[in-house]
Amino acid sequence: MLRIFQFLYRVRAFLLFAFLEFLAIWMIVANNSPQGAAFFNSSNEWVGNALKKQADVVQYFSLVDDNAALVEENARLKQDLMALQVRPDSMPLVIDSTLEANFELKGARVVANSLRFSQNYLTLYKGSKDGIKPGMGVFNSQGIVGRVKSVSENYAVAFSVLNTNLLISAKIKSSDVFGSVRWDGGNTSEVQLLYVPRHVKASKGDTVISSGFNAVFPEGILIGKISKVEVNKSDPNYLALTVKLSTDFSKLNYVYLVENTRFQELDSLYRQSDLINEY
Amino acid sequence: MNIRNLFSYGFLILILGLVQILFLKNLAVFGHAFGFLYLLGLLILPSTIRTIPLMLIAFCIGFILDIFFQTIGMHTAAATLFAFLKPTWLKVASPTGGFDEAEEPSLGQIGFGRYISYAFPLLFVYCLAFFTADQWGTGGFFGILSKSFFSALFTLLLTLVVQLLFFSRKRSIS
Repeated sequence: MLRIFQFLYRVRAFLLFAFLEFLAIWMIVANNSPQGAAFFNSSNEWVGNALKKQADVVQYFSLVDDNAALVEENARLKQDLMALQVRPDSMPLVIDSTLEANFELKGARVVANSLRFSQNYLTLYKGSKDGIKPGMGVFNSQGIVGRVKSVSENYAVAFSVLNTNLLISAKIKSSDVFGSVRWDGGNTSEVQLLYVPRHVKASKGDTVISSGFNAVFPEGILIGKISKVEVNKSDPNYLALTVKLSTDFSKLNYVYLVENTRFQELDSLYRQSDLINEY
Repeated sequence: MNIRNLFSYGFLILILGLVQILFLKNLAVFGHAFGFLYLLGLLILPSTIRTIPLMLIAFCIGFILDIFFQTIGMHTAAATLFAFLKPTWLKVASPTGGFDEAEEPSLGQIGFGRYISYAFPLLFVYCLAFFTADQWGTGGFFGILSKSFFSALFTLLLTLVVQLLFFSRKRSIS
């Protein structure tokens, strides 16, 4: 018995090493499961505050660009609004459920963003206090950005599209063929469009948008343009499409969050019919 | 190791950590080579610190960085490995008879050639562990290898520059 204790005492450094490594790997695994709760991350108040202080300084230098983008977007929205305004003598439209607004939008500021790893996240300066919930979609005026992972009172952490764990339901605008968009961990301006069958005629320059099937994003949010069409080498039944992202992830300052107000209803319907809703 | 040294090492690690979080976070040369400058703080800790306290220090530093970097566990795992290997490697890479007890393995103390042969393999192992954890199942082996090699090289360069610029010849921390 004494021998065993002596032996254990002699290798105590290695035992501690094994224990600490086990702890670290457990944290990696727990953090990377999309459904799992995140224990420690920058939605923590202190860390969020520190990151916000940094963003306060850094984002000051891009104010001019931000304002220009906002003005441009405002102009476009005004134009759309003018087309929609009801003229006094027009026929009254009956609002039924197909025309009712299903999505609520909120704006938020990005206080931290990474794009150099294969699991990238954004930290947003808005939290449960402002009605942000896990699962909300994130986009900006250029296109899609990600999906909220966890929230604290004042901050939220979101998966970036540049995260190899995130799948987004997408479709090719011209042909309405749908697939899933996923990043392969390589180039930060390109993603892959998966599960598009080989018979589909896809060509370079086709626009790819969100499909609206996944109840996270409304239909029609821009993702990017197809930049390369190849046959999938590992499974020749599918095409390997490379999509150039429309969003510039290196310059994210402000984003919109979108919530599907019918999410609960849809989700419980899916559960009733034993379907697994891919987000 | 007296109390004054303890404070100066603590201060150095704090400053390096801040630089890492504020400036080096999204920096990658050609999108390929990362700079893990905070490892300098672990590299030059004196050889009198044993493996167990060193590992605990590395674990804490890695964990704090992970929270800021959104890479929970990755820096922690790599830094713990780094600290586990450091004392052994220091013994192997040191001249016969070993360093003086109080000596710290910094550029000014052990010289250019020996510093590189001591620091580079450790940094490379750190980067290898980090990128393996980061690209688990997604990246190819050669991608990880080349990323690790260039990151280790870039980090070594950064540690050299910092030591040449800010450390005085005689004492490590001015």
